[in-house]
Amino acid sequence: MQFFLEVLIGGLLSGVMYSLVALGFVLIFKASGVFNFAQGAMVFFAALSLVGCMEKGAPLWLAFILAFGIMTLLGIATEKFVLRKMVNQPPISLFMATIGLAFFIEGLAPLLWGNAVRRLDIGLVDEPIPWILEHWNMVISKFDLVAAGLALALVAVLALFFQYTRVGRALRAVADDHQAALSIGIPLQHIWALVWAVAGFVALVAGMLWGARNGVQFALTFTALKALPVLILGGFTSVPGAIVGGLIIGGTEKLAEIYIPPVMSGIFGGNFGGIEGWFPYVMALLFLLVRPEGLFGEKHIDRV
Amino acid sequence: MARKIGEVILDLRHISLSFGGVKALTDISFDVREHEIRAIIGPNGAGKSSMLNVINGVYRPQQGEIIFQGEHRKDMDTHAAAAAGIARTFQNIALFKGMTVLDNLMTGRNLKMRCNFLQHALWWGPAQREELEHRRKVEEIIDFLEIEHIRKTPVGRLPYGLQKRVELGRALAAEPKMLLLDEPMAGMNVEEKQDMCRFILDVNDQFGTTIVLIEHDMGVVMDISDRVVVLDYGRKIADGTPDEVKNDPEVIAAYLGTQH
Ligand SMILES: Nc1ncnc2c1ncn2[C@@H]1O[C@H](COP(=O)(O)OP(=O)(O)O)[C@@H](O)[C@H]1O
Ligand SMILES: [Mg+2]
Repeated sequence: MQFFLEVLIGGLLSGVMYSLVALGFVLIFKASGVFNFAQGAMVFFAALSLVGCMEKGAPLWLAFILAFGIMTLLGIATEKFVLRKMVNQPPISLFMATIGLAFFIEGLAPLLWGNAVRRLDIGLVDEPIPWILEHWNMVISKFDLVAAGLALALVAVLALFFQYTRVGRALRAVADDHQAALSIGIPLQHIWALVWAVAGFVALVAGMLWGARNGVQFALTFTALKALPVLILGGFTSVPGAIVGGLIIGGTEKLAEIYIPPVMSGIFGGNFGGIEGWFPYVMALLFLLVRPEGLFGEKHIDRV
Repeated sequence: MARKIGEVILDLRHISLSFGGVKALTDISFDVREHEIRAIIGPNGAGKSSMLNVINGVYRPQQGEIIFQGEHRKDMDTHAAAAAGIARTFQNIALFKGMTVLDNLMTGRNLKMRCNFLQHALWWGPAQREELEHRRKVEEIIDFLEIEHIRKTPVGRLPYGLQKRVELGRALAAEPKMLLLDEPMAGMNVEEKQDMCRFILDVNDQFGTTIVLIEHDMGVVMDISDRVVVLDYGRKIADGTPDEVKNDPEVIAAYLGTQH
C-alpha cells in the first residue's frame, strides 16, 4: 500500500508538470481558437533564454525576468507579424501558421544561445524529503513537490484571472467570436499579444522546471507531445481541465508502468517495460471515443 | 411622438460594394437623422445586411463616402465605429455562447472602461471599483430588458427569442449613440415580437438612441419607423415615410415580384 501511494504521488506530481505545458496550449486555444503547434518550441526557447541569461552572469531572479521579457517580445511579435494578418481566417490556416512559427523559433533559439545541452540549476535538488521518508517510509522528491506547488499556484492564479477579470472576460469573448468581439470594440490585437505573453510566461515556468530536471536541450520541444493526451482528457478550452487531465495522466502512467508489466509478462511472457511511453496516448484514444470534447470542454452542437 | 428628430448624424453617399463579381450595393445614398428610427427593407439578398456592415466597418465599400457626426471617411473600421458610439446586433446572432448573459453584457461595456487591461489584470484598486460601477449599469439594462431570471445562464442554452434580446442588451450596454439592428424580430412569435417592438421604442424614447433597423415584417416597419429606405438588387428604389413608401409602385412591384 505504501509503495502504491508512493508511485501514485510521484505520478501525480509529475502530472502537474504536464498540466503546466497543457495550460500553455489552453490559453492560446481559448483566445484564438487554434492549436498552437509552437508551444513546445516556446518551452525550449524560454528555458534556453533563462540559461543563456544566467550564463552571462545574471542571478536566477534577474534571468527569469529577462527571459520573461524576451518571451513577451516574442508574443508581441507573433501577434504583429503572424496573427494580425490572419483575423477571420479558418482555424486550419492559423494552425499552419503556428507550425511555421515552431520552425522559426526552433531555428532562432540555437542561433541566439548556441546548441549545446545545458544544465540549469535553480537551487532545487531531486532528493527524497527526509521527514516523509522517516515517518511514512515513502520516497517523495523534494524537487517534484516544489515544482508541483509552483505549477499549481500558477494554474490557480490563471483560472481566477479568466473567470473574474475584465481581461479574462474579453479573452473569452474573443475566443467565442472574433467578429462580434471586434464589433463591440474589444481590441483583438491587445488581447492576442497579451495571451501570447502569458503563454510565454507559462512556457518559461514549464521550461525552467523541466529544464532543471532533464537539462535544457532540444528534447524540451517534445514536452508538447506529453501535453496532447492531457488536453484530450481535460478539453482544449478548460484551465481546470488541464490540471485534472495532467493529474490523471501522470498518476495512471506511473501506476501502469509499475503494475501492468508483471501481469502482461505472466500472460504473454517477455518484457513489457516502457509502458509509460505509450500508455497516455492509448488512454487519450479511448477517451476520444467516449467523450471527444474532454472532461471539461464545451460540447459543440452546430445549428444546421 | 414626443421625441424630437434632430440633424443628420449619418450620411451615406454613393456607396458601392461588390464581392468579386457580385454587386451587393450599387451607388446607394441616404441619411439618418439623430433620434429617428430608420428602417431598411427589401427582399432577401437585396443588400440590407451589407449596408449595415458598411456602416460599422465590417465591409469596406469600393466607392462612396461615409459621414458620421460630421467626420468624412472612405470607410469605417469596426473598432473606430464602436468607439464612435455605433453598436449593433447581427442577423445570425453573434453572442458569446459559452458565457453567461451577465458576462455577455459586461463585454459590451468594454469601451467604457477607463482603466487599461494591465490594471485590470493586476486587480488594481480603481479597476476593481470601476468593474462594480459597470456592473451596476449592466444590471439596469438587465432590468430594462426584463431578463433578470436568466442573468447567470450561459447564452447558448437560451431559446432564440431570448438570445436576440440578450444581443440587444449587449449593444445597449455600450450606451451607443446609434444602434444597428439586423432583423431583430426574425424567427420570433407574435408575443416576442411585441416585446421587442416595445423595447426598441423605449430605447429610442428614453435614451434618445438613433436606430437603423432591418425588418421583414411590414406591419412592424410601418408602425415603428420614421423613414424607410427600400433596397432591391443592391439598388435604392424608394426612400421616405412609411406611407410614401407603401404606395410607391416600384416597391409594390419589387415585393409582389418576389412574394414577400
Ligand atoms: N461576405 C460576402 N461574400 C460574398 N457575397 C456576399 C457577402 N455578403 C453578402 N454577399 C452577397 O451580397 C448580396 C446581398 O446580401 P445581403 O446584404 O446579406 O442581403 P440581405 O441582408 O438584404 O438579405 C447577396 O447576393 C449576397 O450573396
Ligand atoms: Mg440580411
